[in-house]
Amino acid sequence: MRQEAAERKNQTKNNLDRMDVKDVQQALELKIFGGEKGLSREVTNGYVSDLLSDVMGNAREGMAWITLQTHLNVMAIASLKDLAAVILVNGNRPEEDMLEKANEEDIPVLGTNLSTFEIAGKLYQLINS
Amino acid sequence: MKLNFQVEGGNFAKAGAASSEVKKMLKQLGVPPMIIRRIVVALYEAEVNIVAHAQQGVISVDLHHDKVEIELRDKGPGIQDISRAMQEGFSTASEEVRAMGFGAGMGLPNIKKNADKLHIESQVGEGTTVYITNYFAKP
Repeated sequence: MRQEAAERKNQTKNNLDRMDVKDVQQALELKIFGGEKGLSREVTNGYVSDLLSDVMGNAREGMAWITLQTHLNVMAIASLKDLAAVILVNGNRPEEDMLEKANEEDIPVLGTNLSTFEIAGKLYQLINS
Repeated sequence: MKLNFQVEGGNFAKAGAASSEVKKMLKQLGVPPMIIRRIVVALYEAEVNIVAHAQQGVISVDLHHDKVEIELRDKGPGIQDISRAMQEGFSTASEEVRAMGFGAGMGLPNIKKNADKLHIESQVGEGTTVYITNYFAKP
């Protein structure tokens, strides 16, 4: 496992800093709830919001979306906006239908026990390092 | 090509079904992703408005070679003052809808930003019809 991670890190370097969901998940030690097939999606940036229309209006393709919302409509938005992944904070878990949709759309739903503030800070640092 | 969708008021589990279908269709037709995203953002917000406010609605999507024309017709409360409803932050959504992360008064502004053409007709106590037109290449 460790070797795999090391290889991945090298690959990332070779790919001119391309970061995918798997890299973010490993670096930030996030749980994977579903949508595993999307772990190779590229993460270009992050977005933090619990207002769905705000994400709809302002998030950009390839962003990892940090939120505490755990219902189905989160995945509708992630899919329509071509987001890379959803990160749930504060130990929240996706509702059953959200998880189903994540697997259908191959968009990873990840989780952390950290707060929005903490995980956003870590993601920002990772992306801008 | 014409597609029709039924929308059920209050059924958030099915909100976005039409948008998702239209996205797939536009992708198959080879419409550029940037343009698809604008169309589905406008359509999704309008679809959610029916779910959040109306009893029921019908969405007709008319695909032409160079543009898409969308009509969303609902039976619902109607909009009393359309120009006020268009203002960012204005919302009449219920507490329950707000708790889901909707109803921040951003829906209609999002539609306006993403639609090439937008027209709204409404009759208080009867319903609202939203017309959205988007071109596949900038006119």
